Amino acid sequence: MPQYAALTYTRDVDWSNPEFGQEMKDYTEFGEAAASVIRGGAALYPTATATTVRVTGGKGGDIVTSDGPYAETKEALTGFYLLEAADLDEAVKLAAQIPAAWDGAVEVRPVIEF
Amino acid sequence: MVAGGAAVREGSNVLAALVREEGTRVLATLVRVTGDIDLAQDAVQDAVLRALETWPRDGVPDNPRAWLLVTAKRRAIDVIRRETRRSGKEAAAVMFTDPGMEPSEVVQDDLLRLVFTCCHPCLALEAQVALALRTLGGLSTAEVARGLMVPEATMAKRLTRAKQKIAQARIPYRVPAAEELPGRLAGVAATVYLIFNEGYAAGAGADLVRGALTTEAVRLARLLAELMPDEPTVLGLLALLLLQNARRDARVDDEGRALLLKEQDRTRWDGPAIKEGVELVGRALRRTPDRPDAYVVQAAIAACHALAPTYAETGWDAVVSWYDVLLSIQDNPVVRLNRAAAVAERDGPEAGLALIEAIGDLESYPWWHATRAELLRGAGRTEECRAAYERALALGMSRPQADHLRRRMAELPSR
Repeated sequence: MPQYAALTYTRDVDWSNPEFGQEMKDYTEFGEAAASVIRGGAALYPTATATTVRVTGGKGGDIVTSDGPYAETKEALTGFYLLEAADLDEAVKLAAQIPAAWDGAVEVRPVIEF
Repeated sequence: MVAGGAAVREGSNVLAALVREEGTRVLATLVRVTGDIDLAQDAVQDAVLRALETWPRDGVPDNPRAWLLVTAKRRAIDVIRRETRRSGKEAAAVMFTDPGMEPSEVVQDDLLRLVFTCCHPCLALEAQVALALRTLGGLSTAEVARGLMVPEATMAKRLTRAKQKIAQARIPYRVPAAEELPGRLAGVAATVYLIFNEGYAAGAGADLVRGALTTEAVRLARLLAELMPDEPTVLGLLALLLLQNARRDARVDDEGRALLLKEQDRTRWDGPAIKEGVELVGRALRRTPDRPDAYVVQAAIAACHALAPTYAETGWDAVVSWYDVLLSIQDNPVVRLNRAAAVAERDGPEAGLALIEAIGDLESYPWWHATRAELLRGAGRTEECRAAYERALALGMSRPQADHLRRRMAELPSR
């Protein structure tokens, strides 16, 4: 079965904070409803905790790190699911049930099968 | 022999049209069988070239579609075998499908699948338009590029990217389920209508390839109507395109200047197209008397104009009523503007002006100012009229349209 990554872009906040209890309940609800097709995923701390890593001058070069996310955007990548779906129509239907879809946006990307 | 040597003698045009028509159907089937648009396209192109080479010499086969399908399938199998990274299973799958005698319902379904895949909402609209012209219309990449005024390399990239997304993200090759159909159909219709408007905006005589997009859109709409004869959206779309296209030759004068509806020579309108369009409106309305589709209503308005013997004899009451219906399904400022213009014809310029000024949202739309200018002119408010023409021109419009406004402005009494 093909897999899709559903990347959630939302407000750049700490979703583990109890003030987001209701939102988390919504995510739990989705997690339970879609349990049979969720193959993985994670929620991420806000971009303030992000470190962007680059190696300059090609493989084996110097490691250069910068504080912050790769791309500075209003809505940030705050989590992802790995979903199983037969085709894009099905993947879109699933993504539309993720709370981020109405609280931000969900980017659906097909996963390469090696 | 179907039409036998006769078809060939009639000239290569008939043959080319037949090959093109059948080529689209064969492509649709081959996409399903191979699951690969690129491969299917290459194979069909190869078969089409062979047909154009051999048919004029040997005659048109009894079943041209089967001939094309068998030839294209063989070609596809050759390609699959040559590409080592493909599994042998795929070649076998192509081979074991019935060699070319697909029942016609299956072929119809394949075409529908192709329609809905090319016009899938997960593809950008510009990609949908390009794919529809390339695969359903059978135009070459170069022709699509010229039609849409995009460099050929850009168009090739756009098409490749769209086909890649279909394959990699797995956009399904499927006719949508009944509950999704109305929404998806609206998307398909919007794509075809956009193609039509691209050609219509180019104007007659301006650029033949761009102008031919209107013919191409009518052809696509006809195909949709043939595939989905019970869908009002599709009937309305075809009716609207036929009725608008019927005025094509009368839209400009001998010097290529744009003419208003009231200035057009109605004897130059295409009678048979109007007849067909009007009949389609009737058929579509009978299917949805309670809540007609927006395309059907727009076609009904076009029909009111098409059936009026002269501009003065237009049934403005009917036109205004249809705009009222349209507003109830699709309320937007442009529809309100057009309704105001019809009300002005029925009740006088001041009545129309009051409605136009109440719209508000269209300050940046040149046609709001241009329509206002025409009504101010009718009301004898010359200075305001001149200012409105100037506002319209300042906002920019196509060359023939701007020329037209300047001409109208020059006719105003001097201050």
